[in-house]
Amino acid sequence: MPIDTEPHSRDLAVQLLTPEGELVTHESYSLDLTNAQYKSLYREMVFVRRLDLEATALQRQGQLGLWASSLGQEAAQVGSAFALEKNDFAFLTYREHGVAWMRGVDPKKIMEVYRGTSIGGWDPLEHRCNNYTIVIGNQVLNGVGYAMGCSLDQSSDAVITYFGDGATAQGDVNEGFVFASTFDAPVVFFCQNNQWAISQPSEKFVKTPIYRRADGFGFPGVLVDGNDVLAVIAVTKAALARARSGAGPTLIEAFTYRMAAHTTSDDPTRYRHENELQNWKLRDPIERLKVMLARHGIADRGFFNAIESEADAWAESLRNSVRSMPEPAPESMFDDVYAEKNEVLDAQRAAFIEYHEGFADSGAQS
Amino acid sequence: MTTELTIAKALNLALRLALEEDNKVLLFGEDIGKLGGVFRVTDGLHKDFGEHRVIDSPLAESGIVGTAIGLAMRGFRPVLEIQFDGFVFPAFDQIISQLAKVHRRTSGSVKLPITIRIPYGGGIGAVEHHSESPETFFAHIPGLRVLTPSDPQSAYSCLLSAIRSDDPVIFFEPKRRYWDKGPVDHTQSSSDPWRARIVRTGSDVTVVAYGPMVKTALQAADASEYSLEVIDLQSLSPLDDRSIADSVQRTGRLVIVHEAPGNLGLGAEIAARIGRSCFYDLEAPIERVTGYDVPYPPSKLEEHYLPDHDRILVAVDSVMGA
Repeated sequence: MPIDTEPHSRDLAVQLLTPEGELVTHESYSLDLTNAQYKSLYREMVFVRRLDLEATALQRQGQLGLWASSLGQEAAQVGSAFALEKNDFAFLTYREHGVAWMRGVDPKKIMEVYRGTSIGGWDPLEHRCNNYTIVIGNQVLNGVGYAMGCSLDQSSDAVITYFGDGATAQGDVNEGFVFASTFDAPVVFFCQNNQWAISQPSEKFVKTPIYRRADGFGFPGVLVDGNDVLAVIAVTKAALARARSGAGPTLIEAFTYRMAAHTTSDDPTRYRHENELQNWKLRDPIERLKVMLARHGIADRGFFNAIESEADAWAESLRNSVRSMPEPAPESMFDDVYAEKNEVLDAQRAAFIEYHEGFADSGAQS
Repeated sequence: MTTELTIAKALNLALRLALEEDNKVLLFGEDIGKLGGVFRVTDGLHKDFGEHRVIDSPLAESGIVGTAIGLAMRGFRPVLEIQFDGFVFPAFDQIISQLAKVHRRTSGSVKLPITIRIPYGGGIGAVEHHSESPETFFAHIPGLRVLTPSDPQSAYSCLLSAIRSDDPVIFFEPKRRYWDKGPVDHTQSSSDPWRARIVRTGSDVTVVAYGPMVKTALQAADASEYSLEVIDLQSLSPLDDRSIADSVQRTGRLVIVHEAPGNLGLGAEIAARIGRSCFYDLEAPIERVTGYDVPYPPSKLEEHYLPDHDRILVAVDSVMGA
């Protein structure tokens, strides 16, 4: 199914599942999943939300230094990642826990990054999922370059690169659009418009809907209900198919909402109203799928309860493993700075080790 | 096989060899294709290797470096051209925040064998932003290597080493020396580019220089009444201070020369290291001959800004107590 480039449907977000949990049809996009897949999507979103809530609690207990919550963005993240093939590559910001989860990254590795025991956490080549990029927008250019490599290799691999509404102000994001367009790179630009760039509402710096900016760069843009996991999957699959066909990039704007603070260091009561959050709770991505599953008899109370129990047990083991994470060895800070030998750094490392061993000696003597 | 080549042609030959020996090597930059680059360093390579190996980029430096990182993650070995020294700054973010850190961040899983060629330095009568020496910024950053050749042979050897390195290398080309000729042995890499090399032996004063200032230092050595040992650093990061120390232990005197402003420049780091390692060998305080701490001046004033052999000779006289 091709990306819809006609203007007639543009001002409405693509939707296949309403906030009330009703399945609806769309003139350009549809999705045919098995009941098992529907149930699996529900389970993934429940686990991603649990991961997020556990991490927030662990930060409050001093077990993590910081946490950037993905609460409310589960459909956008799980749905877009569900659309990927195994060999596709995802480039993430620091909030895409749902994507990392779907790419098979062990959540403990994510926790290492926020606990401060590791810089990157996981091996990006193993999961075909880049480490979290903290500088806003950098990863968009890296993803476009990877996609350029896919076409130079004449492979059918594609790339998805994530960013937020705030990042659309960044030069790197706009340069990414230019480079992808120039080289018809097989990349999907997936913008989660969660309405807030820390304290700044996106309507303040987004004067034209984000998805329409694609026009100016010469490729299609699509607005999708980011809290509708089915629509997100359908649109992302279409964009990935377009990328693989050699037709070039697509910009997807997933309209969603950051239900928690920017990070655990942030206090959103200083800049936004509580009733905004209450409105978005009515559009919760997990609840609407749950209603649909129940209404169509795909899942029953027993299924939902079993998922909850499974998540409870899993969360407990996650908590325990975070609390017992080992500290990294001090001299490990010298590891892997360079791929090749560096005598200057080797000498510094040796001096550092000797310095610390000196303390061990004096301790033993005293 | 030894031939007489300009620095620009030696670089061109090194690029050609790199493209031939590894089909993952790509050249990427502004106007490097049909035009052959504004200094013609990539002349003829687009024609011979095609538009998928020698790629004209859009006019955006962060885009060039940022996409090259993705290409390298995919297994390519990009060799980038930044058109002029003063235009590297839009790419600074990608270089510092990503390029330098990815290997560390991924615990060695992702290597970024990217070479960024940057013509640098003054002396060509150019407008603003075309004559700068920003090497210190990059030498300061862990995870990057910084190389700069001074003559056709080192241009050839250093560039091949940079491209073959699995680490990111910032490669500064002395643009006002592009057309200087010299012998190039292209059957072998004659010296180790990561080591400083003695380009003229002497016994009274060690003069350390790099890039375009090596020629100036050699001119000073020709003109001086003293015996100057001239060292070409080649690698600015890592810094081969052991080779400098070996020389200073013999001469007891050190003069450091670079075009970049003196404040916190390479000379400051070298002076600190040698001041410590050669404290009892030094017969005189270490002297630095550098650009002044001003924005690069209009070209009609650049001869006053750039270190020349007279300023080096004054510094030599000073360390000799003359």
